[in-house]
Amino acid sequence: MGKVYAAILAGGSGTRMGNPDKPKQFWLMADRPVLVHTVEKFCMVDAISQIIVLPPENWLNQTVDIIQNYLPQFADRIAVVAGGAERNDTIMNAIAHIEATAGLEDDDIIVTHDAVRPFVSFRIIEDNIAAAREYGACDTVIPATDTIVHSADGKVITDIPVRSEYYQGQTPQSFNALRLKALFQELAESDRAVLTDACKILVLKGEPVALVQGDVANMKLTYTNDMRIARAMIEGEGEDA
Amino acid sequence: MLNRVYRLAAPRIVEPVEVPVELTADSVAVRPTHLSICNADVRYYMGRRSPEALAEKLPMALIHEGIGRVAFDSTGQYAPGTRVVMLPNAPTEEDEFIAENYLRTSRFCGSGFDGFMQELCVLPAARVLPLPEGIDLHVAAFTELVSVAVHTVSRFERIAHGRRDVVGVWGDGNVGFITALVLRMRHPEMRILVFGRNSYKLADFTFAETYLTTDAGRAPQVDHAFECCGGDGSTTAIDQIIDKINPEGTIALMGVTENPVPINTRMVLEKGLRVYGSSRSGRADFAETLALYEQHPQMVDYLGALVGTVVPVASIKDIATAFEADARKSMGKTIMEWQM
Repeated sequence: MGKVYAAILAGGSGTRMGNPDKPKQFWLMADRPVLVHTVEKFCMVDAISQIIVLPPENWLNQTVDIIQNYLPQFADRIAVVAGGAERNDTIMNAIAHIEATAGLEDDDIIVTHDAVRPFVSFRIIEDNIAAAREYGACDTVIPATDTIVHSADGKVITDIPVRSEYYQGQTPQSFNALRLKALFQELAESDRAVLTDACKILVLKGEPVALVQGDVANMKLTYTNDMRIARAMIEGEGEDA
Repeated sequence: MLNRVYRLAAPRIVEPVEVPVELTADSVAVRPTHLSICNADVRYYMGRRSPEALAEKLPMALIHEGIGRVAFDSTGQYAPGTRVVMLPNAPTEEDEFIAENYLRTSRFCGSGFDGFMQELCVLPAARVLPLPEGIDLHVAAFTELVSVAVHTVSRFERIAHGRRDVVGVWGDGNVGFITALVLRMRHPEMRILVFGRNSYKLADFTFAETYLTTDAGRAPQVDHAFECCGGDGSTTAIDQIIDKINPEGTIALMGVTENPVPINTRMVLEKGLRVYGSSRSGRADFAETLALYEQHPQMVDYLGALVGTVVPVASIKDIATAFEADARKSMGKTIMEWQM
């Protein structure tokens, strides 16, 4: 069976947070940066050989320091590599790092996950690994709860699709690493800029992408308000924490 | 790290809470794989404890019987993936005379402190023990319960006088079954009599002599006795034991009751009986239980008869399914295959 790698995508600029200077994965929650909580979870999954953390280039040194300060016992399993301009570039940087260090085999899996989803569960990570092995790719989703409204022009409703067929995408998204790389390289430059979601690369090529059941708790910390909700989910973290 | 703990907030209501946990130099992180439901858990889940007890103990994660795989061991003793049994008792001091499970300072998972219904159980390294290779995992899940019987039998061996030809076990439930089985493994020559109310349950005690309590007159007198009934059955069982036991015999009380039990002290005095309580277990009892599994593989096969409903648990709804199933059962253990 192939090896499993995790790529923690920490490239978000954080400009949507209250503090525009600091990416949200570096905000403190329960006395540690959000990123540390996320990486620690992957450290506990022994099937994962290496965890590659990909921050924005200008946060590289601080990220190395943070990993060293908070997770010294796992330092030998964690690599910090600069992320790319877009999400998929960041994933390709992770793949390039693996190729340059350990080398990639046909069956190797890469589990990609947002650094700002610290509430990911072990079950979700393990299901991702299993689904990526079986199908070659998978996406973590939860059923859509709100009605989805489609509007082509942003003014009037074009369509209201059947909700039960729609899901909200979370992460991890996991792939056969070499297959993802090959498909990405087949894309024209113009397509690469438009394809912000890695799973969509496979979908456009007609490749199967399995669904892994996500969890509403596996929330993405996008807005300042999300941090308040996240703290409310954590024991001992009051609103004033 | 953030660890998701599934706490009982109120009867029948389980809520996930993210609890920050620290991996210290002495800790082992275990991913639970098989959790076994105890009657004590069901009493909390169904709200069958007193309002005062519920108010004091909840919210709390239930379950103190379980096994898992090591995710990370700070001490380097256990490789990731090693299957271990988790020990719910956590002593905070050592005492020359008092066992760890009786020290009032000890913490017990699932009673006052969070039990094993968690994504990851972070325990001191001394609170896990490796399981024998290839053991039936559904049986291994309730090793804690077996260790409680082993603890009582070990106490019996220390406390009881040397004439141990005929020993009686009162109770045809799980605890009676396991206690009789441990006695059988440790004392192959002993005549073991099991007294119960249900002939269909007694029929499964194939390694002992069985008697309906209504037909106890037929049974010989016993040298020593184990009470494994608890609840409403305690009073009549203890009464019958005092009647059937020889002078200077010992009576181990193992059944939990919510209410005080009247005891015929006149006959306790006249016969010079010794009555001792026994509950929970310590690390040595777990180690002894695992050693018994290895020495007597047939013991694990016998215990397999107790595996009742096995519920894969991947959601809070599944937790409810498992507890509801356990509340309805007449005997056996409900095992949760923990995928949370």
